Amino acid sequence: MRALRALVGAGQIKSLRRRLVWQFVVLSALLVAGLFVTVRWVAESASRASQDAVLGAAVTAIAEGVRSVDDGLELDLPYATFSMLGAMGDERIFYSLRVGADVVTGYEGLPPPPAPPTDLAPVFWAATHQGAQLRLAAVARPMLVDARAVPVMVTLGQTRRGQAAIARETAMGAAWVALAFLALVLPVALLAAEAVLSPVRRLAEVVARRGPRDLSPVRYPTPRELTPLLRALNGLIARLRGALDLAETFIFEAAHRIRTPLSLVRTEAELALAETSDPAARTRLRRMVRAIDDSSRSASQILDHAMVMYRSDQFEAEMLDLAALAASVLRAVEPLADLRDLRVTSAGLGRPCHLRGDQRMLEIALRNILDNAVKYARSEGTVHLALHEADRQAVLAVCDDGRGIAGDALTGRFRRGSNVEDVAGSGLGLTIVTEVAAAHRGRFSLTPRPEGGTCATLSLPLP
Amino acid sequence: MRILLVEDGEELARAVASRLALEGHGVDHAPTLADARLFLDSAPYDLILLDISLPDGDGRDFLAAERAARREVPVIMMTASASVGDRVSTLDLGADDYITKPFDFAELQARCRAVLRRRAGAADSRRHFAGFTFDALGANVTIGEETRELRARELRLLEILLSRPGQTYSKAHLIDRLFSFDEEVSDNAIEVYVGRLRRKLEGSGARIETLRGVGYRLIAE
Amino acid sequence: MRHAVIAAALTLLHLAPAAGFEIESESIFGDESAPRIEVLSTTDTAAFAPVLTAFVARHPGRAIRYVQASSSEIQRAVAEEGAQFDLVISSAMDMQMKLVNDGFAASVELAAPGLPAWARWRDQLWGIALEPVVTLASRSAFADLPLPVNRRELIATLRENADRFQGRIATYDPQVSGVGYFLTAQDDQVSDGFWRLAEVMGRLDARLYCCSSDMIDDLRSGDLAVVYNVVASYAARFRPDDPDLVRIAAEDYTFAIVRSAFLPAGAPDPEGGRELLLFLLSGPAQRLIAETSGVALVPGTGPAPAPQLRPIRLDAGLLVYGDRLRRAGLLAEWQAALNQR
Repeated sequence: MRALRALVGAGQIKSLRRRLVWQFVVLSALLVAGLFVTVRWVAESASRASQDAVLGAAVTAIAEGVRSVDDGLELDLPYATFSMLGAMGDERIFYSLRVGADVVTGYEGLPPPPAPPTDLAPVFWAATHQGAQLRLAAVARPMLVDARAVPVMVTLGQTRRGQAAIARETAMGAAWVALAFLALVLPVALLAAEAVLSPVRRLAEVVARRGPRDLSPVRYPTPRELTPLLRALNGLIARLRGALDLAETFIFEAAHRIRTPLSLVRTEAELALAETSDPAARTRLRRMVRAIDDSSRSASQILDHAMVMYRSDQFEAEMLDLAALAASVLRAVEPLADLRDLRVTSAGLGRPCHLRGDQRMLEIALRNILDNAVKYARSEGTVHLALHEADRQAVLAVCDDGRGIAGDALTGRFRRGSNVEDVAGSGLGLTIVTEVAAAHRGRFSLTPRPEGGTCATLSLPLP
Repeated sequence: MRILLVEDGEELARAVASRLALEGHGVDHAPTLADARLFLDSAPYDLILLDISLPDGDGRDFLAAERAARREVPVIMMTASASVGDRVSTLDLGADDYITKPFDFAELQARCRAVLRRRAGAADSRRHFAGFTFDALGANVTIGEETRELRARELRLLEILLSRPGQTYSKAHLIDRLFSFDEEVSDNAIEVYVGRLRRKLEGSGARIETLRGVGYRLIAE
Repeated sequence: MRHAVIAAALTLLHLAPAAGFEIESESIFGDESAPRIEVLSTTDTAAFAPVLTAFVARHPGRAIRYVQASSSEIQRAVAEEGAQFDLVISSAMDMQMKLVNDGFAASVELAAPGLPAWARWRDQLWGIALEPVVTLASRSAFADLPLPVNRRELIATLRENADRFQGRIATYDPQVSGVGYFLTAQDDQVSDGFWRLAEVMGRLDARLYCCSSDMIDDLRSGDLAVVYNVVASYAARFRPDDPDLVRIAAEDYTFAIVRSAFLPAGAPDPEGGRELLLFLLSGPAQRLIAETSGVALVPGTGPAPAPQLRPIRLDAGLLVYGDRLRRAGLLAEWQAALNQR
């Protein structure tokens, strides 16, 4: 049973479809074999029954041809009986007539019956004689020989080659029919396996089509058998989401807890700076303030990143005006530019530019791009923001006239956590922008300007 | 400028108030929203610095109520927890700007100025000194009939010097105030701006005096 | 094509020291040095020679050692002495059947198109010739008497001319001749009229022979007038050149026995035996055989059987003739019929 399960189970076959087909083939083969054996057995039994009847009739006919005569027994072996027996498939025939223990006529050494017959009702048995498988029948009757009653037993044996052949042929015929049927059914089975597995494949497609961070439950009509899988999948997704939400809450909470004391420290440091003129102390205080700024910026970017991830999952595009959004972000950044004495100019913001997107994510992206530009621009330089539409794309370019980062440094800027020279937090900021662009099926690139400085270009598809 | 600081952290509030006082602002501190309401009812303010999480409520709700009551005092939201993304919601509620703790006071100052500039007329931003008029929101000085535009750092330098005329400011102090802390600036950088401002103030009857080894001060001639 | 060499027939009567059974003659066909196919047969060497010659002519690399023996000797040789032969041919159908039934024959797969189903048993016993059993009469002996066309007329003629046929009628001795017993048993089975003939023959002091050749010799020499139940192939050998010899195929029934062949189990050269058997069943050989026997076994290879011809089937029924009791009973009856005085 285990061997059968192992054979049918075919655990080493990785493909479910192949496994189904393999199981079908194995079970079918077993079925064919079973059919062969069964039909053979039935055919054998049937023909044995009919041939036994003939054999019994023949042995009785012979026994009735035995007569007592003056000087013993006379036997008129009936030609027709033998001829008829032989007609049933050219069988070899053996017979004997025994009086008591002596063989009076016929073959010596025929195998004796398992239980000696007592009357004219034939006893049947099977035995081997002269290397041939025989089916034998025997009858007995008492006869008067020399005025004494002696038991006379007539034994008639016959090979069953023809019978075996018929049974074999019948079984083979059945097996061939089954095989032919199998050959017809195999393609149907393939189709059926295909049909059975198609919901699995479609479910897989549905899951595969989702965005990399789409953690909404999978809603897809599946057959009842797949419902547990779907439920398990959605359970997993829900747990994952819970874990992510928890992580996010944790980040926000941590940020809050860290920033409040940092604010105090920074403020105190600034106050201390204002009150001391000792150069060494001032240097230390400045360093302190700078460190606080760094960690604050990092925290912001981590939060931004978490936000972008979260929004990518729940990406719900709405129509928005990129020009208005850019103007608003520009306004928020202007004070920072002011601090550095930078001139911020813009072009193309007067005309609305409508596209489908996530306002918060785009805001974060724009804020990061502009923060970056402000950071890298030459002191008292210019940051220029230009928005135009081309090739069904909204192209927003922010160019600074800063140090002009080129080559490896540019691509390096995309790597999370890497900073450009001494400017903190630039790596993650640009990673965030790239992710926002990807979520919107857009592109983000940084290109050095020939006259110095860098252009950050965000291209978003227009509807 | 008169500022209402709504912030529940006692120490932070005191430090922020001290720091803003350095800029020449008058600061009142309200540790709760209820206190803030009292302050607002009793005196006019040029600006409210409003924390989001307060013991007796959410600063955003307070802001929404203020705006619903058509009280239009400029508000800059402060938060320690939210990311840039939260800016949208607070701005939608009617906040004028948004700043994340810990903040650079130079940035805060810049934001205040930007807010007030947008709300032009909310307060008289002009000051008179010697022979010139300084308009911080307009970023210019007027000498007689002539108006001279000031660049951002010139403006801030003038603002600092003008906050206490006659007081000497060390180079280091001015650098702290003029440059952000992530900029590595030499002491001499300040001389560039002092030089520029001197040219802008020529003929105004005021001048920036150099006290060698000590610093600079603004005096009337 | 290589010329077939017919070796001179060596008549070695009663000279077979190696074999316990008696052989009548031994001949080699084909190249002396070629490997030999050993054939044991009842068929008269001369009667079978054309077929064997044709075989060696077609298979130059083969020779045949043809041993002729009586059917009972063949039975002994195969069943008791285990003689080594590649092909056993006999006209004694009952004995052949018994040998095969008792497992002395090997199965052989052969394509024998046209061979009637009743002329083979399983894939072991193969009919190779149909041999009518006829009555031979001497025309001169009958003289003015009309030749009988059936058994009733024969009985009447014999009865009415007892003087003329006294001691001049012959048949096989069923006690000695296997073929004689077999034919008697067949007659017994088919017709009660046979026993009247037997009684007439008994009254006429019928002479009993062991072998057909002796009977034919005596018929030709004029000692005999009628010979009952002779295998036609022997008669056919003489008919063309002896106008006195008349072949009577009785119209009531004329038996035709099937001369059959089998490959003995344990033959030294089964492939040779098979090859020869295949040839014997082929068209050319069948045509040669039909020429001698006068009737075709395989339809289309010779004259079609006459309507009264009754071929005896090769089937298990033949086994009854070998039965001891049955034989004893029949022979007792034969004796009783023959001993009329």
